[in-house]
Amino acid sequence: MKNEYIPFLSEIKEVIQHTAIEYTFRMAFEGDVKPGQFFEVSLPKYGEAPISVSGIGEGTIDLTIRKVGKVTGEIFEKYVGDKLFLRGPYGNGFELDNYRGHEVVVVAGGTGLSPVRGIIEHFAKHKEECKGLTLITGFKTPDDVLFKDDLKAWAEAAKITVTVDQAPEGYEGPTGLVTKYIPDLEIKDMENVQVVVVGPPIMMKFTVAEFLKRGIKEKNIWISQERKMCCGIGKCGHCKIGDTYICLEGPVFNYTQGKLLRD
Amino acid sequence: MGYRTSTAHLDSILRELSKEYSIYAPKTFVGEGTYSDTDRVRYGTVESLGEINFEVKSEFSYKEILTPISETLFYFTEDEVKVADGPKKGAIVFVRSCDLHAVKRMDDIYLKNGFEDFYYKRIREKTKFILMGCSQSFNSCFCVDMGTNKSDHYDAYIKVDGDSALIDGEFEALITRLEEVEEVTVKPDFVTENKTRVNIPENLSLDIMDSTMWNEYNERCIACGRCNFVCPTCTCFTMQDVFYEGSDRKQAGERRRVWASCQVNGYTDMAGGHSFRGDKGQRMRFKVLHKVYDYKKRFGYNMCVGCGRCDDICPEYISFSACINKLSDGMKEIEG
Repeated sequence: MKNEYIPFLSEIKEVIQHTAIEYTFRMAFEGDVKPGQFFEVSLPKYGEAPISVSGIGEGTIDLTIRKVGKVTGEIFEKYVGDKLFLRGPYGNGFELDNYRGHEVVVVAGGTGLSPVRGIIEHFAKHKEECKGLTLITGFKTPDDVLFKDDLKAWAEAAKITVTVDQAPEGYEGPTGLVTKYIPDLEIKDMENVQVVVVGPPIMMKFTVAEFLKRGIKEKNIWISQERKMCCGIGKCGHCKIGDTYICLEGPVFNYTQGKLLRD
Repeated sequence: MGYRTSTAHLDSILRELSKEYSIYAPKTFVGEGTYSDTDRVRYGTVESLGEINFEVKSEFSYKEILTPISETLFYFTEDEVKVADGPKKGAIVFVRSCDLHAVKRMDDIYLKNGFEDFYYKRIREKTKFILMGCSQSFNSCFCVDMGTNKSDHYDAYIKVDGDSALIDGEFEALITRLEEVEEVTVKPDFVTENKTRVNIPENLSLDIMDSTMWNEYNERCIACGRCNFVCPTCTCFTMQDVFYEGSDRKQAGERRRVWASCQVNGYTDMAGGHSFRGDKGQRMRFKVLHKVYDYKKRFGYNMCVGCGRCDDICPEYISFSACINKLSDGMKEIEG
């Protein structure tokens, strides 16, 4: 019988620095994985933390990590060639089939861009698989912007708005919260457009509200929930909302289900 | 069908079984109560019937036998892990009917909710449950209303009656060792009524989270988590790494899981500072609804087994059963 708690060692293939406190660690991994799924990443002594997959490559997965806690702080001391312990992938992740053949709008706040990066990456590379791709992503300041190179590369295939909450004087890009850009967003197919919203709880709440105001159907909106998870496999109880285990049934939910997750 | 034998004979069998099994039962720990000159009844290992306290409800449940308070999952060095050994012996556990029902809840969480749990399964497969009947209900019990007062899925039933013992069940290692027996009909003692009654309203829904009924717990609850720790159906845990530096300066340590409480600060804290259910009233709501509402939505029956231990242990005299009985008014308030 498989012991799910035992992690495996994975080598750090590449470290990509986005900001002073946010790096992407490209890790060796062979196996099926979907955007929006997560791994329990650990360093003995410091413990485990659930980290969502921000990219899927040939024999690698990307983990974009913000240095905010005990575990992540220590991970930042690791470099190419070092190893981390992983277990997973866990959670349902985003099913690309739900978006294929449709217009796709993604709204991401801060590190919320990580779990949806795989979706954007896919449709940016396979433009013919969707009927239009839009990304609105928000960060606190211009210094906090993640995946800058990707944002440039995706611009050919997608309409991209990168907004910052606060900007220094003279900043020329869009400013304000992501919600500011939804009322005037051009949506071609109001009936079938698939909207993906990921970010801090308060951001998701108000962003979804803006789309509902515009008449987007609940069943065409998708969210991803973030919760404390100690096991990732339906045992430890920390992620439970009502009768739903975020680690098992989520973290990705269609809004018709996601709206019922009250806590 | 059942058997009557002498307690001396049964004791000799238990002594023999204890070579293969650790035998756990409620036991009196003299002088170890919370206050001076008081005793405590908790689970401990026994080798004879005389050591078992059949009369008093144990303060803690049996659950630490299946899921220890702190359980080492594996040992690690910087680049290796080694699974911690499980207990060598199996376990025989004396339980009341409510606790036997609680085992089903633990099985469903640890074996059926997502992946099977390696550590739980390892000990669970080697565990036998012996039912101890209840000749009368304790004050805080509400097993009858929770439907857990009777059970027939025990490995054996043992009742001490003076110098003799009544036995029922199909626990082979025990039954085949019985020699000096008289065949008799044995029916386990079950209570059929409790002083404490609970009423779970049929229209109960998550909307009750907005009721003012939870406010009193903001004031009264001190978030100590005792209710969770004595509960035979609470299964939550948190991972904990313990670290030691070897003489060769290499890092080594172990990863453990330790019991967690949804009432205690930090239960929902995420790296980066987000957390949920800051109010103790809402934590109470989370716990109460899990026990009598949302677990049932998932598994088809209520989680709470009505043992009343949470009511017995609360240092603030908060009563879980009284809270259940407020749900009906809470729903009226919400539905207006």
